[in-house]
Amino acid sequence: MLSIKNLQASVEGKPILKGIDLEVKAGEVHAIMGPNGSGKSTLANVLAGRDGYEVTGGSVTYQGKDLLALKPEERAREGVFLAFQYPVEVPGVSNIYLLKAALNAIRKHRGLSELDAMDFLTLVRERLKLVEMKEEFLYRAVNEGFSGGEKKRNEILQMAILEPALALLDETDSGLDIDALKIVANGVNALRSPERAMIVVTHYQRLLNYIVPDRVHVLAHGKIVKSGDKSLALELEKQGYAWVTEDAPRASA
Amino acid sequence: MTAPVSDSRPLYLDAINAQRAALPGQTVPAIRTLREEGQARFAELGFPTARLEDWKYTNVSAIAGQLFKPVNGALATVSSEQLHSHLFADLPAHRLVFVNGRHAPALSSVGKLPAGVIVGSLAEILATRPNIVEPHLGKIAPTGTNGFTALNAALFADGACVHLARGAVAEQPIYIVYVSTGDTDSVMTTPRNLVVLEESAQATVIEQYLALDDARYLTNVVTEAALGANSRLEQYRLQQESTKSYHIGTWYVRQARDSRFISHTVDLGGLLARNDLHDILGAEGAECEFNGLYVVDGRSHVDNHTCVDHAKPRGTSREYYKGVLDGMARAVFNGRVVVHPDAQQTDAQQMNNNLLLSRNAEVDTKPQLEIYADDVKCSHGATVGQLDTDALFYLRSRAVDEQTARDLLTYAFANDVLSRMKLAAIRLPLEQRLTTRLLRGRSLNELELI
Ligand SMILES: Nc1ncnc2c1ncn2[C@@H]1O[C@H](COP(=O)(O)OP(=O)(O)OP(=O)(O)O)[C@@H](O)[C@H]1O
Ligand SMILES: [Mg+2]
Repeated sequence: MLSIKNLQASVEGKPILKGIDLEVKAGEVHAIMGPNGSGKSTLANVLAGRDGYEVTGGSVTYQGKDLLALKPEERAREGVFLAFQYPVEVPGVSNIYLLKAALNAIRKHRGLSELDAMDFLTLVRERLKLVEMKEEFLYRAVNEGFSGGEKKRNEILQMAILEPALALLDETDSGLDIDALKIVANGVNALRSPERAMIVVTHYQRLLNYIVPDRVHVLAHGKIVKSGDKSLALELEKQGYAWVTEDAPRASA
Repeated sequence: MTAPVSDSRPLYLDAINAQRAALPGQTVPAIRTLREEGQARFAELGFPTARLEDWKYTNVSAIAGQLFKPVNGALATVSSEQLHSHLFADLPAHRLVFVNGRHAPALSSVGKLPAGVIVGSLAEILATRPNIVEPHLGKIAPTGTNGFTALNAALFADGACVHLARGAVAEQPIYIVYVSTGDTDSVMTTPRNLVVLEESAQATVIEQYLALDDARYLTNVVTEAALGANSRLEQYRLQQESTKSYHIGTWYVRQARDSRFISHTVDLGGLLARNDLHDILGAEGAECEFNGLYVVDGRSHVDNHTCVDHAKPRGTSREYYKGVLDGMARAVFNGRVVVHPDAQQTDAQQMNNNLLLSRNAEVDTKPQLEIYADDVKCSHGATVGQLDTDALFYLRSRAVDEQTARDLLTYAFANDVLSRMKLAAIRLPLEQRLTTRLLRGRSLNELELI
């Protein structure tokens, strides 16, 4: 599904990703861990197509297509979804409008007709239950005045409605209380299927108790320095990052 | 267009002399004096130049360089069918329509007025009940703060007169429409409105300025409003003049104890529009709220000068202006707030946010706070910027194409001001107009914004 080869990217002329290699197959869940500032969000943003990240080398193939050649909205229509580490507030645009616009754009791209108002609302209500959000959130401006945890749940709501083929979750668990963590994990697990893949960025092994990954990678200084199965996360929890990062090349200061 | 002249003052003074005898209310001493003062001040001042601080960014030499011939009506006839689509048709209101400055009874429908409420044309009320007008006209707005208000004082012939007696409540809004139509190139109208609310009275007044033809005319309007103790006035001012026109509007408001004034100002038209809104919170506990939106493109220019005079204690003022500029448009915002030594516990807030859609658009925004009391809360903020790139990316990452995302964010930015309007019969059609302007005609239902 996703094949990242020697991906290098810079922000404002500063190299951040220094040769990432990653293969994700349909049906798999990969966890990416790693110290602060190691490039995890940069990787997620590059995959989603955010401006300001310059790809200086390597390639990303997604479902046989050159992902990096697509605009962000085209990537979304092709089934890529990024749950933001810091979801953005969009004053004046309601949640329900964005959900509808997004879903219909994706359906249109797939050659499906637009959902009518009734079917749309039925779908949204059902997914609201999944993430235990009140209906009133639909009519508020996107993320405006939402608490940190509500913003994260809102990301999962969008994901549950848009049903992406490739979901990138950037620290969706950060800032969640224990109950919310379970809710988010349930939302993610409900979406797991043989056709879908997920990349879950997290600092906490706790999330991986709920979302059990097929592979765990450690990203440090812009490179994947170690990969393993779910036991790697437990190991990291016990020992920290030093033992996996110390033989990795340091970022040139 | 007439060839520009170096000093048009003599031309205007000739025009004033030629018209004076025919102006309504000349037999009322206070009115006659007001006109004479206006003429004298105009002779003295002429039109403002860029040398004046208040006119530094708004150049009116195009107006000053020729005679805009004062008219009062005629030039064209308008049918109610022609007018219909331009009006807020779903708005039950006491409606007064003026065509090229003169009251058009056939197009007006004042209807039945509640007890204590007078709504009529100024010319008519000056003829029949001058005592309603005399104590106020020219007493709220100083005569001749600049050449435009002086000229208006010298030449005004008609306008709306609204008077609410103590405790009177006008349930339906009072809707004043100024229509420019026909061959109005190089023509000037000088409407004069007077709104008086006695103690505890309540009214909503809508002023709409529109054009049926794309002519190059000048509207030079002055509105005076006096709010008695505990009264409440909500004002809507909608400027949709022709794209070649000049609109100079001056509002003077004076508020008594615990009165509340809310103003919604929307500028969608005009080649050059200048609004001066001056509010004197002249007694304790007076409150005002100004909401403003300007959407400017091409080579148009919109200038909002506001001044809130906190003269007495415990006054509250809120100013919230937003602008969207495209093309080579230019906007000016100058928010003056004066807190006099007496005005302790004043609470004043001011915001002006501008969105630039083009590199060639320009904004000059300036708060001007003059605070002479110590126990006050005053804040102000001004921004000039582009669309939020994070919000743009967020929408695009949710499959919304870039152009739609830009349009949406622009619309949401501007609509924030309209959403403060209580009258749905005004707000919804304006939102519709805003969508045509900013959303390339996509319909609102489809958008379901907030
Ligand atoms: N817009 C930017 N301008 C300058 N530097 C940036 C920018 N975006 C990212 N960086 C830098 O790139 C590096 C990687 O940042 P990134 O956000 O990818 O880290 P991360 O692994 O997600 O960290 P965290 O665990 O704290 O979320 C950091 O040093 C960061 O300061
Ligand atoms: Mg991060």
